Amino acid sequence: MNGIVGGTLGAGAALGGLVVVGVIIAVGLVLLLLFAGMYNGLVRRRVDADNGFSQIDVQLKRRYDLIPNLVETVKGYAAHERGTLEAVIAARSRAVAVPAGAVAERAQAEGQLTQALGRLFAVAESYPDLKANANFGALQEELASTENKIGFARQHYNDCVGRYEEARQAFPTNLVAAAFNFEKRDYFKVEEAAAREAPKVSFS
Amino acid sequence: MSRLGGQTGTAGPRMDDQMRQRVSAYPGTLTFLDLIAKNKRDSAVLMVFMVTFGVVIGGVLASAIAVYLGAAPDMQTLLPSIVLGGLVALIFGVFGAIWSWFGGASAILAMSGAREITKELDPELFNVVEELAIAGGIPMPRIYLIGDSAMNAFATGRDPQHAAVAITVGLRQKLTRDELQGVMAHEMSHIRHYDTRFAMLMATMAGLIVFACDAFWRIIWYSRGPRRSNSDREGGGGGILIIVLIVIAVLLAIVAPIVARLIQMAYSRQREYLADAGAVELTRNPLGLASALQKLGDDDEPLVDTANRGTAHMYIVNPLRKMRDAGQSLDSMFLSHPPVKERIARLLALAR
Repeated sequence: MNGIVGGTLGAGAALGGLVVVGVIIAVGLVLLLLFAGMYNGLVRRRVDADNGFSQIDVQLKRRYDLIPNLVETVKGYAAHERGTLEAVIAARSRAVAVPAGAVAERAQAEGQLTQALGRLFAVAESYPDLKANANFGALQEELASTENKIGFARQHYNDCVGRYEEARQAFPTNLVAAAFNFEKRDYFKVEEAAAREAPKVSFS
Repeated sequence: MSRLGGQTGTAGPRMDDQMRQRVSAYPGTLTFLDLIAKNKRDSAVLMVFMVTFGVVIGGVLASAIAVYLGAAPDMQTLLPSIVLGGLVALIFGVFGAIWSWFGGASAILAMSGAREITKELDPELFNVVEELAIAGGIPMPRIYLIGDSAMNAFATGRDPQHAAVAITVGLRQKLTRDELQGVMAHEMSHIRHYDTRFAMLMATMAGLIVFACDAFWRIIWYSRGPRRSNSDREGGGGGILIIVLIVIAVLLAIVAPIVARLIQMAYSRQREYLADAGAVELTRNPLGLASALQKLGDDDEPLVDTANRGTAHMYIVNPLRKMRDAGQSLDSMFLSHPPVKERIARLLALAR
C-alpha cells in the first residue's frame, strides 16, 4: 500500500518537475524569439538606412559625372559667364573632396552645388541658342531628374533613419540596441532654405 | 454643390466647406508598412476564403445539375457529384492562382495592348518613375505605353521585383511633369503596397466564380431537363428535396458572382484611397496628383477598346465612363473606384 502511495507521490512530483521544466523552456523559447525578432528588426532597419544612404551616393556621383559635360556645352554658347561656370566647377570639386561618412559636411557641400547649378540654369535662360541645343535640353532633364533623385533618395534615407532611430530608442528594443552597440544614425539635413519649400504645381 | 471642374489656373482644384469636412475625416495613422503586412495577410486569407467558397459552389452546383438531370436526391448518389464538383473547382482555383501569380501580369499587359518602352523613347517618363522608385525604396518597374488616346494608367505584378506600370499615350501627353509624377506615384504605391498582387488574385478568383456560375446556367439551359423515368421513380419527399436543392443552387448561382464582385470592388475602392495617400507619401506634393485627377475626371473619352468590367479595377480612374461619377447611390457599391471628386478632396486635405 505504502509503496503504491509513494509511487504515485513520486510520479506526481516528477510530473510537477516536468511541468516546471517545461514552463521554463517555454518561457525561455518565447524570450529567445522575442529577442530574435527585436534584434533582426534592428538589423533590418539599419541595413535599410545603409542602403538608403548608398542610394544618395549613387545619385550624387551621377551628378558629378553630368556636370563636366554640362559645363562644356554651356561654354560653347556662353563662354563669358565664366564666374557662374567656375562656381559650379569649384562647388563640384569641394563636394567630391568631402570624405565619406561626414554626413553633415556632405549635405552642406551638396547644397552649395545645387545652388551653383541653379544659378547656371538661370543664366542659361537668357541664351536662346543654348536652350535650343538638344544636348543641353537632355542634360538639363537629366540634371533636374538627378536633383529630384537626390532629394527622393534623401527623403527615403531619412525615413529609414527615422524608423531605425525609433526602434533604437523605444522600449524594449532600446535594451537590445544598447547591448549590441547599434549606433546612432544622422539624418541627411537640407541646408538650403529653397529646397524645403513645397514644390508648386504648374497648370500649363 | 460647387463644381470642381475646369482649370482654376492658380492653386489647384478649389475646396468648399463640404469637402473640407469630408477630408478632415481622413485617417492619417496608417503607415505603408502596416499596409503591406495587411495586404499580404489579406491576400492569403482571401485566397483561402475564395477557394473554399469556390469548392462549396462547385459541389452545390454539380449536385444540383446531377439532380436536375435525374439523379436521386440522396446523399449516396449525390456524393460523387459533390466531390467531383468541389474537386474541379479546387483544381481551377489552384491553377487560376498559380497562373495569375506567374503569368497574370504579362497577360494583362498583353490584353491592354501595352508595349514596353526603353529610356531613349521617353527619358522624362523614365526619370519620373526612377525618381519614385528611389523615393519608395523599390526596384525600377518596367514601363509600358498603351497606344490609346484615352487617359488612363495602371500597375501590375505580383511583387515590386516583378512589377510594371502602364500609361496611355493620351494621358502621357496631357500631363505636366508634376501631374505625371502624381499619377506614377499612385501606381508605384499600388506596387509598393502589394495591391497589384491582391488585385490580380482577387480578379482571377472572382472571375472563376462568375465563370462557374455562368457554366451552371448554360448546363441547365442547354440540357434537355430531368429524365422522366428517374423523377417518376422518386416521389414525395424526394421531389421537395429536388426543388430545395435546385432553388439553393439557383440562388447561389445568382448571388455568388454578385458577392464576389462586391468584395472585389469594396477592396478596390479602399485601395485607391490608400494609393493616393501613398503617392503623397512619395512625392510630398498632393497637388500634382489632385491636378492630374482633375484632368482625368474632366476627360470624356472612355477606354473602351481594351478595358472591361474584369480589368476596370486596375486603372487609376474607372475606364468605363458612366461609372466614373456615380454618387452615393446603391450602385456605388459596384464601383471599382471612389468618385474622383472625393479623391481630390482627400488629397487637398493633405495640402492644407
